[in-house]
Amino acid sequence: MVVVSKKPVHSVLYLIFCFFTIAGHYLLLNAQFLAAVHIIVYAGAIMVLFLFTIMFLNMNAEVEPHKPILLKVSAVIAAGLLLAVFTGVLKGAEQIPVISGDGQIGMVKNLGLVLYTKYMMPFEVAAILFLSAMVGVVMLGKKDLR
Amino acid sequence: MNNLLNTIPVNDYILLSAILFTIGVLGVLFRRNAIIIFMCIELMLNAVNLLLVAFSTLHNQPDGQIFVFFIMAVAAAEVAVGLAILVMVYRNFTSVDINVFNKLKW
Amino acid sequence: MTQLTWLIPLLPLIGFLINGLMNKRMPKQLVGIVAAGSVFISFVLSVIIFFEVKNGDGQAITITCYEWFSAGNLHIDFSFLVDRLSAIFLLVITGVGFLIHLYSIGYMHDDEDYARYFAYLNLFVFFMLLLVLGSNYLVMFAGWEGVGLCSYLLIGFWFKNNSYNSAAKKAFIMNRIGDLGFLLGLFLIFQSFGSLDYSTVFSVASTWQTGDPTIMAITILLFIGAMGKSAQIPLYTWLPDAMAGPTPVSALIHAATMVTAGIYMIIRSNVLYMLSPVSSEFVAIIGLCTALFAATIGLAQTDIKKVLAYSTVSQLGYMFVALGVGAYTAGLFHVVTHAFFKALLFLCAGSVIHAMGGEQDIRKMGGLKKHLPITHFTFLIGTLAISGVPPFAGFFSKDEILAHTWAHSMPMFIILSITSVLTAVYMFRIYWLTFHGNFRGSAHQLGHLHESPPSMTIPLICLAVLSTLGGFIGMPSVFHAPHLLNGFMIPVYSHFEVIQEPAVTHRFEYALIGVSIITLIIIFIATRNYYVSKGKVPGEDASFGPLTTVLYNKYWVDELYDNLITKPLQWVSKNILRNIEIHLIDRAVNLFGGSVNFASNTLRLAQTGNMGFYVFVMVAGVLALLIFKLII
Repeated sequence: MVVVSKKPVHSVLYLIFCFFTIAGHYLLLNAQFLAAVHIIVYAGAIMVLFLFTIMFLNMNAEVEPHKPILLKVSAVIAAGLLLAVFTGVLKGAEQIPVISGDGQIGMVKNLGLVLYTKYMMPFEVAAILFLSAMVGVVMLGKKDLR
Repeated sequence: MNNLLNTIPVNDYILLSAILFTIGVLGVLFRRNAIIIFMCIELMLNAVNLLLVAFSTLHNQPDGQIFVFFIMAVAAAEVAVGLAILVMVYRNFTSVDINVFNKLKW
Repeated sequence: MTQLTWLIPLLPLIGFLINGLMNKRMPKQLVGIVAAGSVFISFVLSVIIFFEVKNGDGQAITITCYEWFSAGNLHIDFSFLVDRLSAIFLLVITGVGFLIHLYSIGYMHDDEDYARYFAYLNLFVFFMLLLVLGSNYLVMFAGWEGVGLCSYLLIGFWFKNNSYNSAAKKAFIMNRIGDLGFLLGLFLIFQSFGSLDYSTVFSVASTWQTGDPTIMAITILLFIGAMGKSAQIPLYTWLPDAMAGPTPVSALIHAATMVTAGIYMIIRSNVLYMLSPVSSEFVAIIGLCTALFAATIGLAQTDIKKVLAYSTVSQLGYMFVALGVGAYTAGLFHVVTHAFFKALLFLCAGSVIHAMGGEQDIRKMGGLKKHLPITHFTFLIGTLAISGVPPFAGFFSKDEILAHTWAHSMPMFIILSITSVLTAVYMFRIYWLTFHGNFRGSAHQLGHLHESPPSMTIPLICLAVLSTLGGFIGMPSVFHAPHLLNGFMIPVYSHFEVIQEPAVTHRFEYALIGVSIITLIIIFIATRNYYVSKGKVPGEDASFGPLTTVLYNKYWVDELYDNLITKPLQWVSKNILRNIEIHLIDRAVNLFGGSVNFASNTLRLAQTGNMGFYVFVMVAGVLALLIFKLII
């Protein structure tokens, strides 16, 4: 629905719905923390950002001309092939044995432990990334760049 | 409820993820509104996230989830920057139709 | 002192570097002193070495400077060989060279490019010394090429004149043609004997059979090189044209030294030539034809230097005849005496030209005896020497060659005697026409006539003395005096018995001497009569009779070469090759550029700027990658 709806605002709303469902899957997969973060970050922050921009630029009621038919057909073919490839992977794959464990891996405590010990470095780098993103956005947002 | 994957085989998750991803690709290829395209990219990212979490549960290791965590972070930053650029472009072109952005040609 | 042999070529090389690099920044006197001085010191060293060699046992001494290169089986050292043959050549080169340097100081005094001239002259002496001092064929070849180069540089010394440049090019190219033969000979030598070293080659060769075809090929090829360098038929036409250079250059290069390089080479390779009677005969026949041919041309020339040039070609023919019949020492003897009197004659001609303000046509000269006394006297001595009048130098050497030829074959002897007669005739013709009779030049030239300065006349006198006394080193046995040169040269022919004394009876010797003296007296009187008393001066070019026209135009050999070789070559290179180049090569090169152009024109169409297109391509690319990974 995201893809096909005509009005962008509708697309956004459908996307938020998608996120919620995916968060549900996270819960099912014992990733509680992730589910929470997912909803907060994606559905809460990013989509709101999108909505802001759409409202800003007032592109709600928009009639956009369609792309030429050839492109659409070729796009469908390409995407279809992609799907075929992805699933074809499964053809000869063996069943990977499921390793059972307690359902604790998704708990905040465990995740935090791993995050701050093994993945300390990417954590810090992510911080820097955010810094640069912020700076970039502010820079880009100025009216006239001096 | 210990491990969902005892009931739902992991293959299905792979399939689901693939379908989501493909829908995202279709969206990117089909639409001409830049914002919609962005959202489809987000959709693709989410598909990948889903797959990662599924596999993390499969192997019973938290690494997959950590990775998803970082992906989310990066996605957030990327959206912020991308939208800023978009606004900038809108200021210059007063349109977000991607076919209008063809000044960078030969 | 022989250990210091390497100093002998080094000093002129240093002189070349100093004069060449400092060029116009040095005062002219200093240039002259540096140039002449370096040759003089080389001369002194050569004298010392000569005496050492003379008192030694005559064995060759090799002084190795350094190993030049070694590639595969070929090891070449840059080393010098000092033995009696090279000692004599050293003396001639440095001695006559020094005198000519001295002369040039006076002759080229007014020239702007004074330093460049002396630089080239020194370089030439260096290369010539390298040639005669080398202990293997490759060092000799280096000197061989080098003197060719210096000949080119010096002939075209006044490069602003295009015809001089053409003459220089002609000399160099003809030399090169000969050098091709020489190189092929070198290759064969290396292939047959495994080395280019004289000692190795000769000791191995002396074990071979006489008449071996390989040795015949080698000797003929080497002789082709000598044909080019020493101006024999068919590669002689460069020598008369080379008179375009300054006269001292003609004296040094084209009379005394460079042209004798071929002779040196053959004497050095006497082992090889003794092993191949066919090629020796070939050498003799070519020498004979050249001698006669050039002498006839010399009879009709009106330019004083051209007459001397043809005379040189003719005398070189003599020397080759001597070598061809196996009389190596006689050939060497004639080289030495010829160096003396030919250099003398050229320098006198230079003096005359200098006095006449640049005029070279003998039809405009005459009666110069009273204006140029020293020049006249020395020229007379030179003429007597070359004509073979006893007791001057030429008499002894020519006589010996004639005697050897008589012992070898009768027709050769007859032709050679005719050539001697012709030599005397044209030389005396020049002499009478230039120095006697009435002055035929313009009044302006008359006022300009003056004897040359001492720097020019002293070498003339020295050479005249040498021409007079030089003959006494090789007295024939009839005079019951030792043939010093023969005795001196014996160790050089260590591998073979070389003819020393001509196999003629004493009676024949006396007869020969008597006949030649009488003939010369007749020629003297007859020419005097014809040219002086009757005053028959050669007329203008158009008034020549048919025979004279043929001789004057040098049998049109130059024109023949031009039409046969030069013009077709030029035609080929101009027309056909230009077509090929334009249509083929340019097209090929342009094709490269064109294809790049085409490719870039096509590929730039991919930059549509269309975002959707880009994304699509991205997806397609990912897809292709995945398929690739999966299938392959």
